[in-house]
Amino acid sequence: MTDKTVLNATHRSLGARMVDFGGWDMPINYGSQIEEHHAVRRDAGMFDVSHMTVIDLQGARTREFLRHLLANSVDKLKVTGKALYSCMLNERGGVIDDLIVYFFDEAHFRLVVNAATRAKDIAWLEQQAKAFEVEVKERPEFAMIAVQGPNARAKVLGLLNENDRPRIEKLGKFSSAAAQGPHGMPLFIARTGYTGEDGFEIIVPTEHAVALWEALAAAGVAPAGLGARDTLRLEAGMNLYGQDMDEDVLPWEANLAWTISLDEGRNFIGRAALELQKAAGVPRVMVGMVLDDKGVLRHGQKVLTANGEGEILSGSFSPTLNKAVAFARIPAGAPGDVRVDIRGREVPVRLVKYPFVRDGKPCEGI
Amino acid sequence: MSEIPGDLKFLKSHEWARVEDDGLVRVGISDHAQSQLGDLVYVELPEVGSDVKAGTGAAVVESVKAASDIYSPISGEIVEINETLSDKPETINEDAYGDGWIFLVRPSDRAELDELLDANEYEELVENEDH
Repeated sequence: MTDKTVLNATHRSLGARMVDFGGWDMPINYGSQIEEHHAVRRDAGMFDVSHMTVIDLQGARTREFLRHLLANSVDKLKVTGKALYSCMLNERGGVIDDLIVYFFDEAHFRLVVNAATRAKDIAWLEQQAKAFEVEVKERPEFAMIAVQGPNARAKVLGLLNENDRPRIEKLGKFSSAAAQGPHGMPLFIARTGYTGEDGFEIIVPTEHAVALWEALAAAGVAPAGLGARDTLRLEAGMNLYGQDMDEDVLPWEANLAWTISLDEGRNFIGRAALELQKAAGVPRVMVGMVLDDKGVLRHGQKVLTANGEGEILSGSFSPTLNKAVAFARIPAGAPGDVRVDIRGREVPVRLVKYPFVRDGKPCEGI
Repeated sequence: MSEIPGDLKFLKSHEWARVEDDGLVRVGISDHAQSQLGDLVYVELPEVGSDVKAGTGAAVVESVKAASDIYSPISGEIVEINETLSDKPETINEDAYGDGWIFLVRPSDRAELDELLDANEYEELVENEDH
């Protein structure tokens, strides 16, 4: 049985090509994935991300619970509305999921987790939350629309209640707040995203989602499918769960060290395994690569290095750079000349520091 | 979806073949196939002078999403390739049955053409696939 978001009929009426995405019937594109990609880099695009799972955590000991649960430190969240990206690890240090946690008050935090991992995430949360008497409550009554691009914020602001505009305009990155949208609909607006562009991710009650989508379209925001979302996040150097990391990969091997907080005295799940691997030496590293030749780098292709074989994780044609880029996991150490096996042909690639693209422009050295 | 030209013959794997006046066979992919693949970004063309065998891979098209083998509908020798596609692979998205042709074959066994689907049969195949 395939799940449908409340915007399903809207996507179909726009002529979207629909695909199964983690059990959800979602739009991959509305005609041209490349044009949708450019719309986000150059102006403003919107994605239906209602398949993602919104979970509220409530109880007096919620912060204490999250200190135990997450590899990043929720102690960085001090101001109401502030958000944090974190991994949730198993005891072996493997990544169960990556997520965003929002701080409302000491007794109420919100998580947004991936769609494909929903069931196992909730089972894990409930199991871990018991000892802290924290209630884990899924919020299926919400839809979510990501509005991204250099003009995204301005276009959203124009739809808000006048009284809310100055406050939402001043919202810092990785901060969120409530505001009234068209016809007074209640919105939860976060200045976050998965494209490398500025913008908002908006949580809206399902009964208002179609009206919000239509108001955004009327304001000149282009519908964009999950295909464009994937190339945008790859260019922006952002990991995709299941492709770039999973339960058998430690964050050190997935360029997620920046999300790990080994703060004094905080015994989070997976910490011992992380420290052990760090002390022993991390065997594999995640690198960015560019293919200057013709062809496309894709998930699963073999990578040949001086230290042995690796594998392409996320790989695609980059519409902004007009060539293929990828993340790969390869053995640690100086890799020498790196080649990728593309259908039996060994093609030289260039290792680069990523992100590949930020704020509409190729990064230096790409 | 654009009309399927009546003079084309098809493989089930969505390649078309058109017999030209000089007896050579032009090959491309269907409009349905290009729309399923999405924006094409790279085409790997065969070499002129190489031999192809009916029903086996002769070229590769890559969209943002995936790489797909292009099977030749007929055996023979490649006599021309569509060089435009090296720089403008999107020509296939724009005009799958015209400017987006991929290669031209001098057939070694014209009887193979009888094995292919005609335009009506192909249309039926596509309609059934959509359900």
